[in-house]
Amino acid sequence: MKLQSLEEQRAALDASEVSSVELVELALTRAEGTGTDLGAIVGLRAEAALAAAAGSDARRRAGEIRSPLEGAPVVLKDNMVQKGEPTTCASRILESFVSPYDGAMAEKLEAAGAIILGRANMDEFAMGSTTENSIFGPARNPWDTSRTTGGSSGGSAVAVSAGITGFALGSDTGGSIRQPASFCGVVGMKPSYGRVSRWGLVAFASSLDQIGPFTHSAREAAWVLEAIAGHDARDSTSLPEPAPALESALTGDVKGLRIGLPREYFVDEGADPGVVEAVRGAVSELESAGAKVVEVALPHTPYVVSTYYLVATAEASSNLARFDGVRYGRRAENVQDLDEMYKRSRSEGFGREVKRRILLGTYVLSAGYFDAYYRKAQQVRTLVRGDFDRAFEACDVIIGPTYPEVAFPIGARMDDPVSLYLGDIYTVSANLAGLPGISVPCGQHQGMPVGMQVLGRPLDEATLLRVADAFQRRTDHHEHRPPGSA
Amino acid sequence: MLALYAMSRITREDVERTADLARLSLSNDEIESMTHDLGQILDHVEQLQALDTQGIEPTAHAIPLATPLRADKASPGIDPDLALANAPSSDAYAFVVPKVIEAEEG
Repeated sequence: MKLQSLEEQRAALDASEVSSVELVELALTRAEGTGTDLGAIVGLRAEAALAAAAGSDARRRAGEIRSPLEGAPVVLKDNMVQKGEPTTCASRILESFVSPYDGAMAEKLEAAGAIILGRANMDEFAMGSTTENSIFGPARNPWDTSRTTGGSSGGSAVAVSAGITGFALGSDTGGSIRQPASFCGVVGMKPSYGRVSRWGLVAFASSLDQIGPFTHSAREAAWVLEAIAGHDARDSTSLPEPAPALESALTGDVKGLRIGLPREYFVDEGADPGVVEAVRGAVSELESAGAKVVEVALPHTPYVVSTYYLVATAEASSNLARFDGVRYGRRAENVQDLDEMYKRSRSEGFGREVKRRILLGTYVLSAGYFDAYYRKAQQVRTLVRGDFDRAFEACDVIIGPTYPEVAFPIGARMDDPVSLYLGDIYTVSANLAGLPGISVPCGQHQGMPVGMQVLGRPLDEATLLRVADAFQRRTDHHEHRPPGSA
Repeated sequence: MLALYAMSRITREDVERTADLARLSLSNDEIESMTHDLGQILDHVEQLQALDTQGIEPTAHAIPLATPLRADKASPGIDPDLALANAPSSDAYAFVVPKVIEAEEG
């Protein structure tokens, strides 16, 4: 047994075939080897993780098992804080930041008995879809190291895909969990907005950001989400709901379930035909299991990327104003006055894509442009939400490709922001409308994994996971591992 | 290239003014490339103007929640030493910044 998936690890721990300390040692070896070669892991806390694992083993011997995550190693995207540990957001401006407090994810994972191994690479401040905009250098796709992992949670996706840890957390503002999951051949889930506390997540676009899991299976994703979801008074947008019971919803039964296929997601000039073929094959599989397929309309699909980039950059320009060189983060040296300190600290600290987005966001919020750009985008956001409300009258879930193509070569899109942004067409709507979404491996094209995206009604993670799990019970795409994996 | 910028919907001066608002100082090369990039992005988002949104309420948050209230009671905050631990410059219980107010003359 390779002990790569959370389910394998849990079974081996339960059977006393392995200890948590041994799992952490194995994960550390893999993180230092494969994880470093692939640019996936940017920081390890070996000593603390081994101590936590010894604690987990002691609990287990005493008969206390906190959750299905007990004793299992995990990595956090480097934008979630843990007390005494660095959090860099892959940015020069936070290079030397050490968190003075525990974020909600560090607390929840500890309460669930999971062992936080370290931090995963990402696009700077979660801005990007390739994990190339990082002070640590690009992450590399385990299926073909010349290709991108996707992003912005690329390091977390690689950690699971390459078998470094059985699960990982990422954050998804416009697809930053689902798209790298699709590129790296793993499950990645963005819960409904408000489901998981954002306390201790460095904010990018506060009305869109949501934390979620990377795993191999939908069942494992259910375990992780049960552990990390739930109300948190410290996040004023946290839903006042308890964590939902999810594993019990995984019945394998999709008889009578209505799958909506948006006609706008299957147009001729849309996704790569190889991607569409894999997704259609997956839908047929669910049909043969008793699901019904209906066509639905999402007429504002051509507008979602524009809407997203206006809303997200406006919120980012406001959120990133806090990086001023006063309380934490980089401060430029030899400055004459406060204004020069702000400007030089920020200009030296932020990378190109972050500056581009701060500028765009500042511009669309500035006097004279607010109504034409920002307010307009907020209105179109209402129309996008309306599309989904109507579609979900006719169906229970919506299925399409996660991304229009498979992972492309590193460096291929660096100089063409608009074409890179347009790739987000299938993922940003879930953030704009607050819906849960999951990317599930459903085949291959050009030797690279293809992801199927399943979108659900707000707060209906249970149906989403039931569909993904039913698909995985009938197929083995999620069991395929990249060449040369441990 | 200059002609392209002249036709674009954002000018070099717009970028300089926006950078000032965002407290960024850009090099000459950065101003050139940002003018180009923002022009392309704004050209694309211009498509939204074709949509009739008259009377449509703007959405600020996908899931509307009332702002939660809490009792106005003191509770432990972050320890001042911890709060200052990441400060580039600090003194006792204060963040130190360059002088903001010039001394009055005379």
